Amino acid sequence: MGLESGEIHDLVKEKFGDAVVDDQRDVVDPFLVVKPEAIEEIARYCRDESQLSFDLLSLISGVDYPDDSKIEVVYGLVSTTEVHRLNIKVALPRGNPRVATLEKVWRTADWLERETYDLVGVTFEGHHNLVRILCAEDWEGHPLRKDYVIPDTYRGIKNVVY
Amino acid sequence: MNTSLTTPQNLNPDPLVKNNVFMSQVDELINWTRASSVWPLTFGLACCAIEMMATGASKYDIDRFGSGPFRATPRQADLMIVAGTVTHKMAPRVKRLYEQMPEPKYVIAMGGCVIRGGPYVKYGYHVVKGVDLLVPVDVYVPGCPPRPEALLEGLFKIQKLMKREKIVDRTRRTTKPEVYVPQEA
Repeated sequence: MGLESGEIHDLVKEKFGDAVVDDQRDVVDPFLVVKPEAIEEIARYCRDESQLSFDLLSLISGVDYPDDSKIEVVYGLVSTTEVHRLNIKVALPRGNPRVATLEKVWRTADWLERETYDLVGVTFEGHHNLVRILCAEDWEGHPLRKDYVIPDTYRGIKNVVY
Repeated sequence: MNTSLTTPQNLNPDPLVKNNVFMSQVDELINWTRASSVWPLTFGLACCAIEMMATGASKYDIDRFGSGPFRATPRQADLMIVAGTVTHKMAPRVKRLYEQMPEPKYVIAMGGCVIRGGPYVKYGYHVVKGVDLLVPVDVYVPGCPPRPEALLEGLFKIQKLMKREKIVDRTRRTTKPEVYVPQEA
């Protein structure tokens, strides 16, 4: 079996001490919070470092925190060879959430980022085709934002709310 | 002599019947053939489609009741079984498939999602709250998902409807449904 989550956190913090904002270990799912501008560099390190060798990006997810006026993007990394995992989060301003794309690091980030863009409205800078993936292309708004209001009609179909 | 095609044959048949001559009304003949060969559209949107497949498979065997050849094109289908959640993204496609079917056509709304949005009725921003907002529905089959028996019951209801058709009376749908034109994105 691979490294403990604390060991992984230590490795990342050793290399990118300044970029790591928060380190939560005594929670159900340990995670690191890093600065948005460092995410691509950290991702590359996690993929290429032989001890870590995270060869799979298993999820990208967006969480809306209107009270803290931030949107968090969660990256779930898995190593299928070392059999361990790491969660990385970045906190973005709610007004203009932008973060660099990871599609050059893991190809699968393409669709995962499109999904996060579609539902939460995070812009992934450098993405080659950042368009909606789940909602229809002329959809307005980002449905998983907490302040999203379901429109009365969509393309002439009444959105009855009972 | 008047022998109905839908009633059991007379035990003491007329000599004409012995010679394979039947007399019936045109309506009854056409409706009998129509109701005995309902061709549904191969059309599954979500989990209800699994039950629909079970209905078609050997255990429940929809073919016993004169239905079952699921057609891969709407132009050969009489019956649209809307099986599964209709999302707003899917809605124009559902509408178009319905419009491509030849008259007379029938629609079964299968499952809670199709009837009124099901579990998505309150917070489902992406779900059409009932497929009857898009196409006219003949039979509603409730359930989540409905059991195959329930879908078969829905089919029998459709067959009853079919037997009420009149060849001269083409106003089965008293009001024409409002034609929904998908807007270009």
